[in-house]
Amino acid sequence: VRPLLGVVLAGGGAASAARILAGAAFRAGHDVKQSEGQRGGAAASDVRYGDEVLSPGVAAGEADLAVALDDAALAAARAALRPGGVLIAPSLVPPGAVADGRGLRLALLGALSARLDLAEEDWAAALGEAAPEARREQDEAAFRLGRRLGREAATEGVP
Amino acid sequence: MRQLITGEEAVALAARHAAFTLATGHPGDPSSELLEALARLGGAAHRAPDEKVALEVGLGVASAGGRALVTVSRAGLRLAADPLFAAACAGLTGALVIVATDDPGAPASPDEPDGWRAAVAAGLPMLEPADAQEAYDLALEAVAISERYRVPALLRLSARIGRTRSVVLSRPDLAPPPPAPRFERELAGRVTSPDQARAAQRRLRRKLEQISDAAELLPANRLRHGEPTLGVVAAGVARLHAREAAPEASFLELALVHPLPMRLIREFAEGVDRCVVIEEGEPVLAEAIRAAGVPVEPTPGPHRVGELDVARVRRVLRREARPDDAPAAAPPAGPCAGCPDRALLDALARLDLIVAGDVGCYSLGATAPRVDALVAAGASIGLGLGLRHALPEADARRVVSVLAAADLVRGGVTGLVEMVYNPPPSGHVLLVLDDGVPTVAGRQDQPASDAPPARRTTGISIEDLARSCGVKAVDVVDPADPGALERLLRERLAAREPAVVVARRACPLPPGDPLRRERAAAAERCLRGEGP
Repeated sequence: VRPLLGVVLAGGGAASAARILAGAAFRAGHDVKQSEGQRGGAAASDVRYGDEVLSPGVAAGEADLAVALDDAALAAARAALRPGGVLIAPSLVPPGAVADGRGLRLALLGALSARLDLAEEDWAAALGEAAPEARREQDEAAFRLGRRLGREAATEGVP
Repeated sequence: MRQLITGEEAVALAARHAAFTLATGHPGDPSSELLEALARLGGAAHRAPDEKVALEVGLGVASAGGRALVTVSRAGLRLAADPLFAAACAGLTGALVIVATDDPGAPASPDEPDGWRAAVAAGLPMLEPADAQEAYDLALEAVAISERYRVPALLRLSARIGRTRSVVLSRPDLAPPPPAPRFERELAGRVTSPDQARAAQRRLRRKLEQISDAAELLPANRLRHGEPTLGVVAAGVARLHAREAAPEASFLELALVHPLPMRLIREFAEGVDRCVVIEEGEPVLAEAIRAAGVPVEPTPGPHRVGELDVARVRRVLRREARPDDAPAAAPPAGPCAGCPDRALLDALARLDLIVAGDVGCYSLGATAPRVDALVAAGASIGLGLGLRHALPEADARRVVSVLAAADLVRGGVTGLVEMVYNPPPSGHVLLVLDDGVPTVAGRQDQPASDAPPARRTTGISIEDLARSCGVKAVDVVDPADPGALERLLRERLAAREPAVVVARRACPLPPGDPLRRERAAAAERCLRGEGP
C-alpha cells in the first residue's frame, strides 16, 4: 500500500501548478483529487494522491508538503503543514535564476518533485500538457533547475 | 476511458454521452463551467438571459420527449423557483435534469443556502455526488429517474465537487439510448391550472412514493458494514470526510437524497449503537430521519456554517461542538485597480449618494468605495425606488440604483417599468454599467454584452430599452471621465423625473472562453488589487 500524500500549493497560480502535480500523479496510476479554494486569503489548491483518495481537501495542519508560490502565501502554506511536514518557499530559488512568475512557479514545482516519488516521464508529460508550445523549453528548464535545487536542499536537510 | 476531470466536466461528459438535446443556464459561479465544458465536447449548450427562462426552455424540451440539462447557481435556483415548482407537477415525456450548485462556505456567494430544501419543497427527486466519478454516474441516473417517473430530477453539486478534479472512468455504453422527440397531447400533465391541481399533487406524491420505494434498493445508496458501535449516515462530500475521519465505522452512504429510503435508514440505525448524521449546511437529512421517528444524532449547530473537512468531522464524532477553526475568507478588496468603474464608484462617493447596488463585480464596491445596499440580481431598481418612497425629500433625492447591463436584462426590466409606472415624487436615477461582463466569475456571453469580449450578442440597446419603457431622460457617458459623469448625475438628480444613465466602457480583462483558468487568474489578480 502506497501512503496517501497531501500537498498544498498556495499563492498566485496555485491552481495551474497543482494541476501539473495532479496530472503527474494520475499518469503514475494513482487515485488523485485536486481541489481549489482559499487559505488565509491566498489562492490555494490541494492535491491528494495514493491508492484511494476519499476527502478532496487537506485539513489545516495536515499537509505532508506545502509550497508557497509567493512570499505573501508563506503564512498560509505554513499553516497547512503537519508537524514535520516539508515547506517549499520561494527563497529556494535565487533571484534572477528564472525569467518570471511562471518560471518561479515551475521551479518550485521542480523542487517539490525532488521530494515526491513520481517518475520523471510522468512529470514531463504533465508539464507538456500544461505549456503552450512556445513556453515548453523555458518551462522545462525552470522545472529542472528547481528539481536540482530541491534535491540539494533535501540532502542538506534544509527545508 | 479514464480521465482526470472536474465534477462539472464529468456532468458535461455524461450529458454528451446521454445525447442531451439541449443544455442551458445563466452564467453564475459556482456553476459557470459546465456549459463551457459541454460546448467543448460538441454538445448543444446555450447561455440564457436568466435561470427562469433557462428552466422554462428545459421544460419545453422535456415536454417534447427530448433531454434537457439546466444549470443554476444557488441564487439561480431561487430565481427559477416559479417554473421549478410548476414543473414538478407537469408530466414530462423526456428528461429534465437540473444541476443545482450550492456553495458551502460561500467562497463565491454572498450566502450559504441549501438546494436540498428546494427539492423537498418542490417535491423533486435529488441526487448528490461526492466526486467527479459519481457526478458522471449520477447524471446518467438522473436521466433514468426523470424519464421513468416523468418528473424533473435535481443533481446537487457543491462548489467543492464541481471544481475538484478527480479520476473518472466514463461508460458511454451504459448511457440510455438517445431520445426521440415527439409531441404527445396530454392536457392533464401539461396544464397546471387550478382544476388540475389536486390531481397533479396526488400524481406527484405517488411518483415520490415510487421513487422512495426504488431508493430502498438503489445500488448508488451504499451500505458499508464496519464496527457496530458507530454508524454514520451521510451524503455528498461529507460522506468522504466521514469515511476518513472514522474508517472503522459502519456507513450508510446516500446518493439519492430526496426522497429518502426510510426503511433502509431505520434498519441501519437500529443495527448500530450510535448513529450520527454528518451533513454540511442545513440539517435536512437529520430532520427528515428524526421526523420519521428514527433516533439519530444531527451534526451540531456550530458545525453547520462553512465547509466540513476531515478534522471537523472528527470533532463532530468526538462530540466536540467547537465551531469552525478556519479563518473567514478575506473581504473583497474592492474593484480591480484597472476597472473603469472604479472612477465611477469614486464619483458616487464624492457626491455622497445613497447607492442601491446589485450583484456581480459591483458588490465589490460595498467595501470600497461605496455601495450601501445589495440584495439580488436586478433588485437594485426596486430597492432604490422603495428608498425614495420612504425617505424624507432631501435624502430621497440622493438615491441612485446601480447595476450591470447583464443584470438589467436578467432581473431588472420589470424594475425599469416600475420606475416609470410608479415613480417616486423625487423621480429616480438608474445607473447602468455596461462593460460587457455579467459577473466577476463569469466573463461569459450574455444577451446584453454589446461590448467585447462577447462573441455573440443580441445587441440589446440599453438606451432603446429604457426609452421604450417610457424613460425620457436617457444618456450615455464614459465612466473614465468622472467629471462629465458627475455633472450629468447632478443634473439628473435635480430633475425629479425617472432617468437612465448608461456608463459604457469595456472591462479590460481579456475574453476568457474557453480558458477559464487564465480568466480566474486574472480575476484573482484583480481581487488582489493588481489590475488586469
